Amino acid sequence: MSRSHRITLSGLDFIPDLSGALYVPEYAALLVADLHLEKGTSLARRGVHLPPYDTRESLLQLKAAVEATRPLRLIFLGDSFHDGEARERIDASDLAMLRAITAAADTIWITGNHDPAPPEDVGGIILEEMALGPVTLRHQPRMLRADEAEIAGHLHPAAAIHARGHRIRCRCFIADHQRLIMPAFGSYTGALSVRSEAFAGLFGDFHVWMIGDKAVHRFPGSQVR
Amino acid sequence: MSLPQRFLDWFSARGWAPRAHQLRVLDHAQARDSVLLISPTGGGKTLAGFLPSLAEITERGTGHGIHTLYISPLKALAVDIARNLEAPVSEMGLPVTVETRTGDTPHSKRLRQRQRPPDILITTPEQVSLLAADPHAAHLLKGLRTVILDELHSMVTSKRGVLLSLALTRVQALAPEAIRIGLSATVADPDALRAWLVPTGAEPAPLVMGQPGARPNIHILSSVERVPWSGHSSIYAIPEVYEEIKKAKMTLIFVNTRSQAEAVFQALWEANDDNLPIALHHGSLDVGQRRKVEAAMGEGKLRAVVCTSTLELGIDWGDVDLVVHVGAPKGSSRLLQRIGRSNHKLDLPSEALLVPSNRFEVLECQAALQAAEVNAQDTEYPMVLKMDVLAQHILCRACAGPFHPDDLFGEVSSAWTYRKLTRAEFDKAVDYVATGGYALRAYERYAKLKLQADGTLRLAHPRLAMAYRLNMGTIVEDEMLKVRLAHVKRRLGKRVVVGGRVLGEVEEWFVSQLTIGQTFVFAGEVLRFEGLDEFGALASRSNDREAMVPSYQGGKFPLSTYLAERVRQMLADPKAWNGLPPQVKAWLSLQRFRSVVPKAGEMLVETFPRADKHYMVCYPFEGRLAHQTLGMLLTRRLERAGMQPLGFVASEYALVIWMVRDLSLAISSGRIALGRLFDEDMMGDDLEVWMAESALMKRTFRNAAIIAGLIERRQPGKEKTARQMTVNTDLIYDVLRTHEPDHLLLRAAWDDAAEGLIDAYRLGAMLRRIKGQILHKPLDTVSPLSVPILLDIGRESVYGEGHDALLAEAANALIDEAMRLV
Repeated sequence: MSRSHRITLSGLDFIPDLSGALYVPEYAALLVADLHLEKGTSLARRGVHLPPYDTRESLLQLKAAVEATRPLRLIFLGDSFHDGEARERIDASDLAMLRAITAAADTIWITGNHDPAPPEDVGGIILEEMALGPVTLRHQPRMLRADEAEIAGHLHPAAAIHARGHRIRCRCFIADHQRLIMPAFGSYTGALSVRSEAFAGLFGDFHVWMIGDKAVHRFPGSQVR
Repeated sequence: MSLPQRFLDWFSARGWAPRAHQLRVLDHAQARDSVLLISPTGGGKTLAGFLPSLAEITERGTGHGIHTLYISPLKALAVDIARNLEAPVSEMGLPVTVETRTGDTPHSKRLRQRQRPPDILITTPEQVSLLAADPHAAHLLKGLRTVILDELHSMVTSKRGVLLSLALTRVQALAPEAIRIGLSATVADPDALRAWLVPTGAEPAPLVMGQPGARPNIHILSSVERVPWSGHSSIYAIPEVYEEIKKAKMTLIFVNTRSQAEAVFQALWEANDDNLPIALHHGSLDVGQRRKVEAAMGEGKLRAVVCTSTLELGIDWGDVDLVVHVGAPKGSSRLLQRIGRSNHKLDLPSEALLVPSNRFEVLECQAALQAAEVNAQDTEYPMVLKMDVLAQHILCRACAGPFHPDDLFGEVSSAWTYRKLTRAEFDKAVDYVATGGYALRAYERYAKLKLQADGTLRLAHPRLAMAYRLNMGTIVEDEMLKVRLAHVKRRLGKRVVVGGRVLGEVEEWFVSQLTIGQTFVFAGEVLRFEGLDEFGALASRSNDREAMVPSYQGGKFPLSTYLAERVRQMLADPKAWNGLPPQVKAWLSLQRFRSVVPKAGEMLVETFPRADKHYMVCYPFEGRLAHQTLGMLLTRRLERAGMQPLGFVASEYALVIWMVRDLSLAISSGRIALGRLFDEDMMGDDLEVWMAESALMKRTFRNAAIIAGLIERRQPGKEKTARQMTVNTDLIYDVLRTHEPDHLLLRAAWDDAAEGLIDAYRLGAMLRRIKGQILHKPLDTVSPLSVPILLDIGRESVYGEGHDALLAEAANALIDEAMRLV
C-alpha cells in the first residue's frame, strides 16, 4: 500500500490508497465508496448485456486492499449496490467472495441513494451515517458548520492536469481541511470532474490526490483543469 | 436486344449516341447477369447503370413494386441523382417513378413508399439494412429486378460495405431474380470487386470498361519561396495559390484534414486583396452552411472553395476548372478522384496543381504526379469478415422475423465478404447477440433471441427492434459538440455570455482541452473559448490573428503503399531528382555527400550523437501509423538492451528514437545487431502486450462495441450522447480483458486495430521487406535527410503512454518551483 500521502481532517490522518480506498491508521479502518456492485447486469432487462464481470473485478480489488491493510473495520460509504435487485442478480461465487471479505472485519454499510436498503445477508450492519472520531462518514456531502468535518462519496470525483501538452485525467480524492470526498471504487463507475457544477461551493482551498497507474499524486486545486 | 426507339430518339435529339459501355451493360443486364462497370467520372456512368432499368420498366409498366434499388454512399448524392434522373425520364416521357429514401426522409413519405412503392428507389446502404430488418420487406421487394451499387470502390473498403454485403444477401433471398450492377471508378484490382458483386462460388461479374478520360494536366507548384523542412500548413505557398485562383474561373482546394482546411482558408482570406468570394466546406460545419456553399457553387457565385473529402464524391457542383491539392495527396487513387472534380467532361483534361507543404511532400507529390500520368491506382482490398458487423446483421435478421440459424449461416456465407466464415464463428456471434456470449451465463433469462420449439430463433421483445433501428449502422463518429457563437454582454457589471447561432461541430476531445479565454480556429475565424453550456461549446469572435491552441492533427490518410514504393525508388535514383525543385535537389545531393542515399530495396538507418543524446533515424516510408507502432516496439527493445531510450517521433516518412547510450558504439562493438533489432519477431508478444495496453485499442473497442450493439448510442424517446452512455467503454474494455480475453468483441477490436490504427499488417510486410537490407550509416552529426523529423521533436508526443511519469514530472516541477521561491 502506498503510504506516501496523508490527508488530515480535524486532527485525524487518512491515507489515500492506489485502489481508491482510504485507510485510517488510528482506527484500523478501511473506507470504500461507491462500489456499485452489479452495475454491469443492471441493464439486462433492456437487452443491454454488458460484461457481467464488474462485480468480480471490484471485489478482487477490494480483497487485495483488505489483505494489504488488514483492517479491523471495513466501512462502505453508500451506493455499494447499484440497485435494489442487485442482490438477486449477483453470481453465487461473487456473493461468496463478498461474504468472505466482510467476515474478516467489522463491516458497516452506510446507505446511499442507489441502495437505501442494502441487502442484510452479506455480513455487517447497516447505518445511515456514522462518526469516526471527530469525522462524520456519510454518502452525500452536506452543509457543514465550521467545527464539523465529513467524509463522503456519491460524486465520483475525477481531476485533470496538463503536463507536456498532454491532458491526464484520473479518479481522485479531493479534500480541504474540513471535507474529503472519495473516488468511486466500482469498476464500471464513471467519474465527474471536480471542476463541474456538482462540486461548486463544497470546497475552499483544496487539494486533489490523483490515482495514477502506479502511484497517487497530489496537486493543489489551482493546478487542476 | 437494343434500346427502345424512344431512347434512341432521345439520344439523337441531343446529338448524342449511346456509348459502347452503356450498351454492353445493357446487354449483360438483359441477359440477367450481374455486371461491374469501371469508368472515370463524367463518362455517363450513372446513366449506364440506369438505362437497363428504364428500358425494362417502360416495357413492364409502372407500379409493380420496387424494380430497382439504387444504392449510393452519400445522402446528398442520392438526392442529386434522383434530380438528374428526372431529365431523361421526363424528356422521354417514360412512365417511371423515382423516389429517394434516406435518413432524412419523413415518416409520412416512408409510409407512402410502403403503400405505393416507386419503380426506382434511390437510397443509402443503411436504408438497405433497415429494409432487410422490415418484416414486410418480402412484399416490397417481390418485383425487384436490379440493384445498382454506385461508387462501389469507395463502399467496399469500410465496414459500411461489409454491412451492405450482408443486407444484400437478405435482399437476394427475398428477390432471387435480382441482378447487381456495380459502378466504380478505376481501381487497381477489379477482380475483387467482380467477386464481391456475386454470391460466393458464382462466376465473377463480367467487367465492362468505360472509355478512359483525357489525361489530367498536373503540376507541382514551383514556389519561389523556400519549401519548409517540416510541418503541414503550406502557408508559405498561399500567395502563389491565390494568384492561381485569380486566373481560374472556379477552384477547388483540397486538403487532408479539417484543421488544415481552417488554416488554409484563413490564410487565403488574409491574402484576399481583391475580395474574391472564397468559401470553406468541411464535415464539421453546420449542414445548412454546407448546403449554402454547394448552392453558391452551383450558381457560379464562388471563385474558390477550401474543402476536405466532403466534396470528393458526387456530381457536378458548378464549373470547376482548377483543382489545387494542398499537402501531399497520400495516395494515387485519392488524387485522381479529387482531380476528377475539375472539368467534369471526359474529353477535356482536368487541371490540377499540387502544393507540397514540406520537402518530403515534394517527393511524394512528384511520385503521385508520375502515378497519375500512367493512371496507376493504389491497391485497396475490400474489407471482409467483421464480427461486430455480423452481430449487427444477425439482430437485423431477427427484427424481420424468426429465423433458423442453419438458414442464416447459409445466407451470410453466400456473401463474398463472409465466404471464409466458419460455423463455429457464426454460432459464437449468434450467442453474443442472444446473451452477450460470456462464459459467465448471467443473461440467459434476459436473452435477446429466444429459441422456439421448431429450432428457430425469435426476437425476445419488439422493443429490441426499435433499439436496433435507432442504433444500426457502422459509422461511429467522434463525439461532437456544437459550437455556438457567443455574445458577451455586461449586466449589472457582470460578464454574461449568451449563446447565438450554431457555427458547426467540433470533436469533444478538442473542446475538453481548452480553457476559457484560449483562442482556436474554427469556421474560418479565430474564436475565443467562453465555456460550455447545456447545448455545447460557446465561443466569441476574437481579434487575434493567431490562435493559441493549434488544432494540429497528423494526416488522416496514411501514405499509400504504392506511393511509398515510388518515393523510395525516386530517392534511390539521382537521375530522377532532375524533375525536383532546385532546393529539394540540393538537399538530396547534400545527403549523398554527408551521409548516404539508400538503394531502392534498402532501408537507411542513421545513428549520430547530438547535444548529450544519441539518435537513431530510420526511413521506412510506410506512413505515420506504421512508424508509430514501430517506434513503440523498438523503444521496448532498446530499453531491454539497456540503451535507455528517452523518446521517439514518427512522421509519414521516417522514425527517430533518441537515447542516453551510444547506439553507434553498441552496433560497431557488436553488442546490438540492427538485423536483430528490426527482426519481424517484434510482431509477436511485444505487439500483443503493447496493443492490449494502448489507448488506441480502447478507441477501436468502443467502435466495435457500438456496431455490435453492446452499448446503445440512442434510446427510444431520448437522444443520449456518448458521455451519458450507461458505462464508459474504456472500463468495459479493461474488465473484459481481465475476465474474458477471448471474447468476440475483443478479437474484433484487435483485428480492427491491427489493420487500421496501428497498421500492423503493413509494418509486418515492411519488416519482411527490409530483412538483410538495412543500410547502417554512423555519423558524427545530423544528416540532411534527418532534419525534417528532428524538427518534429517537441511538436509531437512523448515516449509511451506512461501517465504516471508525466504526473510525477508535473508534481516535481511544482516542487522545483516552490523550492526556488524559498
